[in-house]
Amino acid sequence: MPEVIADDSVGLVSPQLLHFDEPLTLRSGRVLPQYDLMIETYGELNADKSNAVLICHALSGDHHAAGYHSMDDAKPGWWDSAIGPGKPIDTNHFFVVALNNLGGCSGSTGPTSINPETGKEYGPDFPIVAVRDWVHSQARLADRLGIEQWAAVIGGSLGGMQVLRWSIQYPQRIRNAVIIASAPKLSAQNIAFNEVARQAIAKDPDFHNGHYLEHGTIPKTGLMQARMLGHLTYLSDDAMRQKFGRELKEGKLNYSFAPEFQVESYLHYQGEKFSTRFDANTYMLMTKALDYFDPAGDYDNDLVKCLAQTLCRFLVVSFTTDWRFSPARSEEIVNALVQVDKDVSYACIESESGHDAFLLPIPRYMAVFGAYMQRIARELGEDVA
Amino acid sequence: MNALREDLNIIQQWVKPDSQVLDLGCGEGVLLKYLREAKNVRGYGLEISPEKITACIANGVNVVEQDLNQGLNNFTDHSIDTVIMTQALQAVDRPDLLLDEMLRIGDEAIVTFPNFGYWRTRFYLLLKGRMPMSETLPYNWYDTPNIHLCTFLDFEILCREKGIQIVNKTVVDGEHKEHWTIRLWPSMLGEIAVYHIKRK
Repeated sequence: MPEVIADDSVGLVSPQLLHFDEPLTLRSGRVLPQYDLMIETYGELNADKSNAVLICHALSGDHHAAGYHSMDDAKPGWWDSAIGPGKPIDTNHFFVVALNNLGGCSGSTGPTSINPETGKEYGPDFPIVAVRDWVHSQARLADRLGIEQWAAVIGGSLGGMQVLRWSIQYPQRIRNAVIIASAPKLSAQNIAFNEVARQAIAKDPDFHNGHYLEHGTIPKTGLMQARMLGHLTYLSDDAMRQKFGRELKEGKLNYSFAPEFQVESYLHYQGEKFSTRFDANTYMLMTKALDYFDPAGDYDNDLVKCLAQTLCRFLVVSFTTDWRFSPARSEEIVNALVQVDKDVSYACIESESGHDAFLLPIPRYMAVFGAYMQRIARELGEDVA
Repeated sequence: MNALREDLNIIQQWVKPDSQVLDLGCGEGVLLKYLREAKNVRGYGLEISPEKITACIANGVNVVEQDLNQGLNNFTDHSIDTVIMTQALQAVDRPDLLLDEMLRIGDEAIVTFPNFGYWRTRFYLLLKGRMPMSETLPYNWYDTPNIHLCTFLDFEILCREKGIQIVNKTVVDGEHKEHWTIRLWPSMLGEIAVYHIKRK
């Protein structure tokens, strides 16, 4: 709980729910007749609406990217390290828009929403959305807010994939793309991890083929296992060694199958926490969106050809110990952009924190990110130090 | 626009307007920024120093974090008009292979490096019997990044062996300035060399 709100925080914020009546045709061919998007905004939109920045969230993120909802909140929004006055995404200069994506479970239309056609929750019948569908809905959000062109679209991990998609799908509507700890598509290993997570959920007896709400249950065990596995892929071997080593909970071996090592309890804790806040169908759906993402697929599997049509500038950032989306995956994007003479800068940040690093205020990361954003602010005529 | 360091000023004259360059070891992006503003030259810098990469981004220069010693396979043949490398040739693992790479990627290349045959360097070794140190070469033999020092003559012999044509060359003093006296005996009096090269 924040005793006082720090000067570099966006402070107390409130989400807003926007309703969209225009049907959205999805990549799968299915149609969402209407939908809601839960959003938060920070900073002020300038007169010519040129200073708007869109934040795209990753697998388990939502619209609450920065600040606090109340003084009782234990933690600020998920990317508070990067968003706020004087931070890289400086709310003194930018109007920041964050949303919960379609299919999410934090207020935007998703599996836990009521299907107007049946009067019951969508559950597993919620259509599988693709990254391009999210981007499409985000473009509608921009229309609603009167934003013709984003000064920047920014995201890490699955969020970075949405940024890449923006640059391809709406080249005229994005001036800068900031793609952090991401990849142009998943590897077989990435997909395999997702499938194990999905199986853990699907095989939980409380899952009921996704109709768990009707049965008054939640597949807690499955979600917990999925999160434990996912969490492992966010950490590096080094980070885990430093954080836990082989430390024992009770200081001695008990020769039992109950958790004995600290790392086991930590994973249990993370899984437990997640399983009570996150919807299982949303998790299934988000991992599918990850698996399907492959923008080059529409261009003869040629990423260079795919990125040839982009018009924005790019900043690509990776982290040395990220093995979920390793630096080599970011470099695929950079190299393709270089081949078509696009403006791109790339930094590979030294960090022990694995994939999770993209959420942390690592000094060099913040310096590079901040320098890039300040340049954008200067172009807006903002007075930047 | 601030005045450019003299060696960079020589280089910029050899870069065609509206062309594309790749600057290997681009530092804070000073040359790239100048070329963009003065000659509408586009391009990328490669750098590994975290501080310099941030400075490039602040300068609005495209910079890619990449170690020259790990190769340049990500750049395709003749995709760049001019590949530039200032004061890094002597510090890479294999200057000879890197030269090949520069002329594979670029139609032309511009290279600068310190002259180990500079008269002061020669006398330092001759008289003191120790590895030469100077303002241009400020390091001890054991901690120097300059692991492949050469003289102008060495470089020109390497170019001849590789079939590389020297289009233009000039030499400057330690302050990167051109001076008529240097032209009398460049291999002895020049401290830093600037070569403009291409494949024959």
